[in-house]
Amino acid sequence: MNGTKYWTWHMAAGVVIVFVLGLHMLIMHMGGVSHLYAPNSGDADSLQNSLFRDGQLFFTVTYILLLGVALYHGLYGLRTMLFELTLPPAAEKAITVVLVLVGLGLFCLGSWAAVTAHSIALAGARG
Amino acid sequence: MPETSTRQINFHVTRYNPETDRAPYGKTYAIPVREGMTVLDGLHYIKDNLDSTLAWRYSCRMGICGSCGMLLNGRPGLACNTQILHIADANLAVGPLPNFEIIRDLVPDLFTMFDKHRSLQPYILRNDEAEINDVAGEFYQSPEQLESYLQFTYCIKCGCCMGACPTLATDARYLGPMPLTAAQRYNSDSRDEGRPARNGLTGASTGAFRCHYAGECSRACPKGVDPARAIQFLKRRLVLDYLHLASRRTGCKKLHGPGQGKPLPDIAPAPKRTVGP
Repeated sequence: MNGTKYWTWHMAAGVVIVFVLGLHMLIMHMGGVSHLYAPNSGDADSLQNSLFRDGQLFFTVTYILLLGVALYHGLYGLRTMLFELTLPPAAEKAITVVLVLVGLGLFCLGSWAAVTAHSIALAGARG
Repeated sequence: MPETSTRQINFHVTRYNPETDRAPYGKTYAIPVREGMTVLDGLHYIKDNLDSTLAWRYSCRMGICGSCGMLLNGRPGLACNTQILHIADANLAVGPLPNFEIIRDLVPDLFTMFDKHRSLQPYILRNDEAEINDVAGEFYQSPEQLESYLQFTYCIKCGCCMGACPTLATDARYLGPMPLTAAQRYNSDSRDEGRPARNGLTGASTGAFRCHYAGECSRACPKGVDPARAIQFLKRRLVLDYLHLASRRTGCKKLHGPGQGKPLPDIAPAPKRTVGP
């Protein structure tokens, strides 16, 4: 049932990406009009507005969630494409291991960046 | 009977004898073709008049047995129900089905397909062993329940879908459209309780999710079966089973004797028996 499991999570990750990326688009591109999560004057991606969002736990969690699902969705898709190349089973196993390691590495790096940005924003808010 | 005009068609036939040839090669035969002649008729003409060493597989000559699946002008099809003039003006390329080893000339080795087919337990599985061993009685099945799997029963295991499948061309471990369609046929049969037993294979990495829905299998099928659709049904059911969202179905019960079934409305009762108790 491995195929079913990976496929189901691939699809679920796609749905989460649509939602989280939609939120990102809404904030970044409609920010000038709606001022949603961009209370300060200027563009949604100005330093002040970015620090405001980074200081909120909701956004830190959302960043990490987006990173996780995008990595899984993208790397699973890449793995599927690579498997189309008529590879021997040993090569397929090696590709899977490499992609898992790359995914975990990028996830740790991105999560660390999101948590650090959150800490910096909080420290800045305290003065 | 009126005389019909004949036309010369060049048959470019793939020849290969693994015992003597290093690789398949092509040989051309000029055949007088009249309207209505099938590719199988053309091959018989070659065998009878031009080259008695040509080998191919056939049996029923009427699109039922599935023996004569081969590659006709680049598309898999049955030699017996494909008319030459429907697919060729002057040249016709005839080769063995792709994605199989060649036994000789136009004879593919279908054992890999049948091994995969057998591994999916393509027969009705029931949980109750005693019931299986009791041959008496029959199952009640509504027309709607029959409809849910009927089209998949028309598969004649000719291998045309397997020859057309681009995924199978790149991954020989993929189960392929024919075995997966057979699995769907039995999974959706109201008498069957074997879906959980088949899910292990159909849901594996070489199973239904390896299909990328190219749809060539459905285009190639000479019997109008839609294997691509069957595989999509399989995928949906596998995901629902994995998420525990599928309705738990128990196989329909076996009936022992008259009067146990639910009579349909508006159907007159059977006449009284005239003999015996």
